[in-house]
Amino acid sequence: MDVKEALKIFALNHGDDALVLSHRITEWCGHGPELEEDIALSNVGLDLLGQAQSLLNYAGELGGEGKNADDLAYRRREREFTSLLLVEQPNGNYANTIARQFFYDTFHYYFLQGLKNSQDEFLKGFAEKSIKEVAYHLRHSSKWVIIFGDGTDESHQKIQEAVEQIWKYTGEMFEVSEAYSTLQKANILPNLDEVKSNYQTKISEVLAEAKLKIPEGTFMSTGGRNGIHTENLGYMLTEMQYLVRTYPDANWD
Amino acid sequence: MDENILLENFQKKVDAEIKVEPKDWMPEKYRKTLIRQISQHAHSEVVGMLPEANWLTRAPSLRRKMILLAKIQDEAGHGLYLYSSAETLGADRQDLIEELLSGKAKYSSIFNYPTLTWADIGAVGWLVDGAAIMNQVMLTRASYGPYARAMVRICKEESFHQRQGFEIVANLANGTPEQKEMAQDALNRWWWPSLMMFGPTDDNSPNSALSMKWKIKRKSNDELRQDFIDRTVQQAEAIGLTVPDKDLKWNEEKGHYDFGTINWDEFFEVIKGNGPCNQERLSARQEAYNKGSWVREAAKAYAAKKQVSKAA
Ligand SMILES: [Fe+2]
Ligand SMILES: [Fe+2]
Ligand SMILES: [Fe+2]
Repeated sequence: MDVKEALKIFALNHGDDALVLSHRITEWCGHGPELEEDIALSNVGLDLLGQAQSLLNYAGELGGEGKNADDLAYRRREREFTSLLLVEQPNGNYANTIARQFFYDTFHYYFLQGLKNSQDEFLKGFAEKSIKEVAYHLRHSSKWVIIFGDGTDESHQKIQEAVEQIWKYTGEMFEVSEAYSTLQKANILPNLDEVKSNYQTKISEVLAEAKLKIPEGTFMSTGGRNGIHTENLGYMLTEMQYLVRTYPDANWD
Repeated sequence: MDENILLENFQKKVDAEIKVEPKDWMPEKYRKTLIRQISQHAHSEVVGMLPEANWLTRAPSLRRKMILLAKIQDEAGHGLYLYSSAETLGADRQDLIEELLSGKAKYSSIFNYPTLTWADIGAVGWLVDGAAIMNQVMLTRASYGPYARAMVRICKEESFHQRQGFEIVANLANGTPEQKEMAQDALNRWWWPSLMMFGPTDDNSPNSALSMKWKIKRKSNDELRQDFIDRTVQQAEAIGLTVPDKDLKWNEEKGHYDFGTINWDEFFEVIKGNGPCNQERLSARQEAYNKGSWVREAAKAYAAKKQVSKAA
């Protein structure tokens, strides 16, 4: 695989992650557990939307068909989306949302830390800008994992269950595809083993402070990067793409 | 000191444009009026998030989605500042929220109308935030310091809200025939309810006189409404939309638009709870509150544990 093709795939992969997760976050808007938290979570959503836009525009550029981020977000079909299964999982209760966010944020943070050394100028700049945002995301979600774990019996139970439930979707973040290894060899993407070891250290620390058990399950679901999703994604896209598909010739600016 | 003398001094101070601050003496009625008004305003910001969030997951471009999310987030922030300024008057945020949830407290009735199409998101920003600005710019000069200062912060953001809404409508009005129809339809549905946002006519607004005397308000409902109409009609014309009022006509002599009769029966019905979405809005807030209760309790319990371990 040539580097340009691999870069396009990578930008789509991570652009889709940010797009899908930000969409889930917007579903909370106006319905959060308190106003302060509505604001905090919206911040995360806004950052991710901005990141999705940058990465998808980059993927569009590399694709050479004159597509921009909106074309990619609003005019692809569900089998063409390459986001992780993790990020499309429904919001559930606030512990489910926080658990999903925490695993993703932890991965995202250490991944971007590695990406700051990328040989690709765009990705290097992207990582430098985004890591400041994601550092906040990670502080926010770890804070809540700890509060829930060490809060009341009810919150402890809810977050423990949420961690168990989402666990099988966390393995996919560390899969090395052909595109990935092409880019890693070109020093464009970080070594995922290193990212994973930082990730595991952080997860263990936070879960220990939260008095939570690390799940023992070793089975991990996969498929997202190849467009094989859970049933959840189709509904999300139906909603997200409704206007653009209903009025295919219209411009929404 | 004699209550009458206090009252006289209070009025002198208000007349001299000296701001009233939380620790200053103030008439009980002034305090009550402000708590009611500020908390209703806070509730409106929070309930107002719902009709807009209704389209967040269907926003048709990433840029529009970001702008809308940022806008709704601002409204949550406005709710927070306003609850805090009500607290400077001795109210308690928790009590105020409970009054909203029990249906006892009011919020702006405009938010009991549904957002049926994407164009409604434009209309809400353009007309609803536009009407709110008229009122809020006036309130930046309110006699109560914390309220006036909260309004200064809020107004800066409101003009961005109005602009993004107008941009959406203008874009649709210049778009395909279907988009233009969508824009006109939204204007048709939101125009009259927006005019009602300024409240009953002056001859039917018994509390206004006192609010004016105490410089909580500085313009009457009818004056604000007229300012809004004069400004908005021109904007509608500029983008080729028709304001749905056959009696609307420029009055050269007055230098204002004449306009048709507002359906006040509708207004009072919506206030009574019979608007299209009163129940939905209230139950959405109740549901969010109830579902969030274990989260807030966890935060409290955790903070208490940390407090203990710090003290130990
Ligand atoms: Fe506001
Ligand atoms: Fe407002
Ligand atoms: Fe606003």
